[in-house]
Amino acid sequence: MNNLLRTSAFASSFALLAGLGAAQAAGDVTVGLQLEPPHLDPTGAAAGAIDQVLYSNVFEGLTRFGPDGSVDPGLAESWEISEDGTEYTFHLHEGVTFHDGTDLTAEDVVFTLDRARAEESANAQKALFEGIESVEAVDSLTVKVTLSEPDGSFLFNMAWGDAVIVAPESIEDIKSNPIGTGAFKFSDWTQGDSIDLVKNPDYWGTPAALDTATFKFISDPSAAFAAVMAEDVDAFYSYPAPENLANFEADPRFRVLVGSTEGETILAMNNGAEPFNDPKVREAVAHAIDRSALIDGAMFGYGEPIGTHFAPHNPDYVDLTEQSNYDPERSKQLLEEAGYGDGFTTTLKLPPPSYARRGGEIIAAQLREVGIETEITNVEWAQWLENVFNGKDFGLTIVSHTEPMDIGIYARPDYYFQYDNPDFQQVIETLTATADPEGRSKLWQQAQQIIADDYVNGYLFQLPLMSVVKTGLEGIWADAPTQAVDLTAVHWAE
Amino acid sequence: MIRYTLKRLQSLIISLIVASIVIFAAIEIVPGDPASFMLGVNAQPDTVAALREQLGLDVPLYQRYLNWIGGMLTGDFGVSYTYRTPVSDIIGERLWISLPLALYALSLTVLVAFPVGILAASRRGSATDVTVMGATQLGVAIPNFWFAMLMVLVFAINLRWFSAGGFPGWDAGFWVALKALTLPAIALALPQASILARVMRSSLLDTLSEDYIRTCRAKGLTRKQALWRHALRNALIPVLTIVGLQFSFLLAGAIIIENVFFLPGLGRLVFQSISQRDLIVVESVVMMLVFAVIVVNFAVDLAYAWVDPRLRGRQ
Repeated sequence: MNNLLRTSAFASSFALLAGLGAAQAAGDVTVGLQLEPPHLDPTGAAAGAIDQVLYSNVFEGLTRFGPDGSVDPGLAESWEISEDGTEYTFHLHEGVTFHDGTDLTAEDVVFTLDRARAEESANAQKALFEGIESVEAVDSLTVKVTLSEPDGSFLFNMAWGDAVIVAPESIEDIKSNPIGTGAFKFSDWTQGDSIDLVKNPDYWGTPAALDTATFKFISDPSAAFAAVMAEDVDAFYSYPAPENLANFEADPRFRVLVGSTEGETILAMNNGAEPFNDPKVREAVAHAIDRSALIDGAMFGYGEPIGTHFAPHNPDYVDLTEQSNYDPERSKQLLEEAGYGDGFTTTLKLPPPSYARRGGEIIAAQLREVGIETEITNVEWAQWLENVFNGKDFGLTIVSHTEPMDIGIYARPDYYFQYDNPDFQQVIETLTATADPEGRSKLWQQAQQIIADDYVNGYLFQLPLMSVVKTGLEGIWADAPTQAVDLTAVHWAE
Repeated sequence: MIRYTLKRLQSLIISLIVASIVIFAAIEIVPGDPASFMLGVNAQPDTVAALREQLGLDVPLYQRYLNWIGGMLTGDFGVSYTYRTPVSDIIGERLWISLPLALYALSLTVLVAFPVGILAASRRGSATDVTVMGATQLGVAIPNFWFAMLMVLVFAINLRWFSAGGFPGWDAGFWVALKALTLPAIALALPQASILARVMRSSLLDTLSEDYIRTCRAKGLTRKQALWRHALRNALIPVLTIVGLQFSFLLAGAIIIENVFFLPGLGRLVFQSISQRDLIVVESVVMMLVFAVIVVNFAVDLAYAWVDPRLRGRQ
């Protein structure tokens, strides 16, 4: 009897302990990220790290991105668009409160949009709000936005992290104490180390499955490897060292998610200067690049080849890779025709990410094969922005353009690659004024074709997103339609 | 002693002024505009201009220098461009990791190096001496980041005794925080302890061959008594210099170790701020480190004078 008692007591206390462990594990998650947000205001800087932590977790917009890049209702449960496409009437969800207890009203939306488009606004994506002529509150839950002209991307624009709804009462301290309407509340920031979020018990929508979430910032790739292996983190989103992925794939403790991002990686050419102002030279460069060798060498085989500036997972994507296939003979012939039979020397400026540094070496070798010599310079981001992006002092450079649907940059003649084609600009103008989906689809495709025909840049590959996740953790987005680590649906399997 | 101290103090102030000018000039001429860095590739010129104005980047260079220096004298280090919080708060927070880490590593260094050095010197030529010399040779030669990674592999990944890195903060509890600093401190201390042990040994041996030690021995003291009562104090002067240098090195130079263990210390702050063009943070941290080095040297100079009274009379 004594024995039996003791055994059952032991068993039950053991079960209790195990239960405690499980309950704790079920409610918490620690996600590793490479970059720490500089501050916590998504509407005040271009840093993707801010959105990674806060988008949809803490802050929400009128509309929001789904995991597949679709634009879904957010704080606005429905909307009407006027006949001429210039008036959007948004109906807000009832009973939504900010984390400080105040109600979400139409006035908050008016405040947010007016603040973002104000003259002294430092919103990094001010262009998203440029077409807004006026914003008014019709009643406490209805907002009418009037545009100066129809804009087919408006609902898409409102889903960006830069357009999340903030309240005038909490705007003062938003950079250190973000108050939003999301399923998680901001709890603590150990600067340089981690940010903690806790579940919002008063959330208006489907509540989060997790009780707490911690984002841990680990920039060094080998430290990231150690943190995952030691199980200090439950997931590492956008894992920085593709060379280690095989290790994780072989380890039953982990799963590797490979998805797509909005990042078109391009070999940008200076269209405004010799010799790349000659389309033949640009075409020659395009044919000199062997994309599969590049993807294998620089990305360990991860990444999808592209032939134009558009994301392959987008329904309107046109596969134009054949048009700039690897053909060094054709390349040499084109150079001959352009008057560079003996080749030429140009600069190749490489920013810090490994796709650029590693890719640059491979591309330099491939260009050398057809007679183009490159002087490689490694630059920091700030230097890249100053010299290449603003100063336009470069021949070639490699960079990934991660803003979603940003083919419109080709309509800006003063943009750093200085492509100036009135036909293309016309297409983008028509596109902006078109709201009908079918018409838009045709125009997107036309735009892709024009820049591929003009060989504006060398189109390399779509930047992959690789995340390592502990077995049993579910709901982490594999793709990145925007830079967000949306934890609202993340949970541990039973 | 007072004259000596004043003289040292004067050169300390001159060094600080020169350093501040050099630091400001060097950092301001580096290309890269903080505002356009923060706003990214889609930003429009008028947004960048608006942000530059908000950050106070639109005033002339000399005025920014004066604002910076003037602020620093009153303890106001300005506001970080990227974090938008007072620089003094950021530095203060990081210092609470780097300073304890440097002190922890330095104590380990001294605790290991002193006995080992004395032991080797007192048994010169013995097997112990040879072993110690060999081991310290190895300790100096092993790169500390490699040793750090090895420790992570063994103690964090395989044995799971420590986490692979990160810092929970002092409010998580003293022992928890100290535990997080243990592997980094050992990694930092290994080469320093090896260097210091070798310096301790050779300095002691030098002193032991001096005339006054021979005199002591002739008067009947044993080798051991002569070592403890007379040689040790005099042998400490070169050792103190090294300890002073090591402290400044540990405070400023832990960048690599802070990266291996993803510790949010000063070293990593500088590293990050440079790449983010958070110039005001870089300037302030570097200035503070220079200040720390100069003050430590000043303290070492005073310690010399204390150990060796002859120095007080000179100059």
